[in-house]
Amino acid sequence: MTATVERGGQVVRRHHGRAAHPRRPRSSYALFLLPGVLAFLAVVVVPFLMNTGVSFTDWQGVGSPKWSGLANYRELMDDSEFWASFRHSLFMVVAMAAVPTALGLVLAAALFDFVGKHFGTRIAAVLRACFYLPQVLPIAVAGIVWSWILAPDNGSLNALLKAVGLGSLQQDWLGDPDLALYSVMGVMVWVQIGFPLVVFMAGLQRVDPQLYEAAELDGAGWWRRFAHITLPQIRPEIYVVLLWCTIAALKVFGAVYVLTKGGPGGATDVPSYFSFTTFFEKTQVGYGAAISTVLTVIILVLALVGLKFQTRAEDAEEGLRA
Amino acid sequence: MTAVRRYPVLVALIIAALFMVLPFGIVAVNAVKSPAEYASNGPLSLPHGLYLDGLEDFWQRVDYGQKLVNSVLISGSVAIGAAVLSVLNAYAIGIGRIRGRTWVLAFFVLANMLPQEALVYPVYYLSKQAGLYDTRLSVIIVFTVVQAAFGTYLLSSVLGQFPREIIEAARIDGANKWQVLWRIVVPVSRPTIGVLLVFFFIWTWNEFLLPLVMLISNDNQTVSVALGVLQGQRLMDATMTNAAALLGVLPAIVFFLVFQRTLTRGIAVGAVK
Repeated sequence: MTATVERGGQVVRRHHGRAAHPRRPRSSYALFLLPGVLAFLAVVVVPFLMNTGVSFTDWQGVGSPKWSGLANYRELMDDSEFWASFRHSLFMVVAMAAVPTALGLVLAAALFDFVGKHFGTRIAAVLRACFYLPQVLPIAVAGIVWSWILAPDNGSLNALLKAVGLGSLQQDWLGDPDLALYSVMGVMVWVQIGFPLVVFMAGLQRVDPQLYEAAELDGAGWWRRFAHITLPQIRPEIYVVLLWCTIAALKVFGAVYVLTKGGPGGATDVPSYFSFTTFFEKTQVGYGAAISTVLTVIILVLALVGLKFQTRAEDAEEGLRA
Repeated sequence: MTAVRRYPVLVALIIAALFMVLPFGIVAVNAVKSPAEYASNGPLSLPHGLYLDGLEDFWQRVDYGQKLVNSVLISGSVAIGAAVLSVLNAYAIGIGRIRGRTWVLAFFVLANMLPQEALVYPVYYLSKQAGLYDTRLSVIIVFTVVQAAFGTYLLSSVLGQFPREIIEAARIDGANKWQVLWRIVVPVSRPTIGVLLVFFFIWTWNEFLLPLVMLISNDNQTVSVALGVLQGQRLMDATMTNAAALLGVLPAIVFFLVFQRTLTRGIAVGAVK
């Protein structure tokens, strides 16, 4: 699940910026790192290298892998299923990063600077809790809840439409190939929205209230204050949330597994689900490894670019202040 | 702003918030309906009475008690193990300021961002070789390491700002590094470590892909996997589905109520640091 993993970039940067203490030899502290490094080698580094190695072989998971060079990757280039899964990833980025960030910004600003001020922080906190609740739910459980709400016969959504006289709008939300992807997107917005909201509200707490007061005295309306104070002030949080949610969107698996199993007819397949079925159902391990390697490269490139971008933005900001 | 203009915004926000929690309400209402009542009145009617057979049937059918035990055991062990590992790593990086710490930290950050898909088959294969396949221990080991990556970089930044005078003073008094760590650094950092424990516990509770692959036997499965697999097989009727959903939702709500302050503070630690 998401939540707070965001600080990586800033943490790295902070350590960049600090001069080493030259007083005492520090080598013996390295011993404390030993268990962590060994565990990482065994659980992350070795499996990752194995996976990359296997992606250059033809292997069904039994016997010894046969070296096949770039054959898997060449096959991927012509595999329409593979391209479709990445296209669906872009939809997931919209549903899990773009939309929740935008909505989260407006909601956070409204709760913090409007509800909190005029109706009390308690009401703002209760409302925030409502939006955050889906974030603590296991994605498998969210999937159960929504696949039943969206069920074609007797599902709550269809029953609701019928009850309000919009029976003609009833759909097989998850079973119709033209609709399923949008239905999954809708569920993901519901799942994801609490994360940016809470991060942005925390970020808003460090904004100097005098800025808002001054703007209000100058006659700036809510939207102008939002655009000229809120947005620039919490820009670091916005970068981090966007980066982190985009990566989460590229990795999405559980929701697809529980809601649609990639169907109908591959309409909601995503790379992680595609690699999962290739590994464990088709047992084309080499090919599955190639899919997950491509996914990894995309995520790592994105992470590095994002961290770099964020670091530069922060340095520029600090430069301005200094 | 006048009161007349204030209330519509508040009402809109309340409606949006109600929409967020509505699914929980619908699930709770339908989990206590009998199949006959569901069939005749549909999902939106209020239940006429409390019908708990559905919940009970489901509980027994999936051996839900065992699933809860597994989830608590796995998540609890991971939370503690990952916190210990994070503390050790962060002590070396944040306080020890070991050489090349930027690279070490970058390594942990990237390890945390790796998609599990790129590890899952080798982990599956290696655990079979090691005789750990389909054991709770295998999942505990993997998630301890994965969660420790996040803990390492959060704690490193907190410990990077640790008041050095305290450590110097303890060293002068003759404490060795190990004593400084457990008698000073850990107690002082207890709030951050508490936040990490809560996050590790909940994240591990919610994990799906790796437990799905690694825990195939019924006796070892976690709550998330057991429910997800049942749902994937589409074997359940509406009442059963709601019972499953309600039993899956309840622990999450309990965590939420118990840990809400920690969760929010945790996000603040992350976001403001």
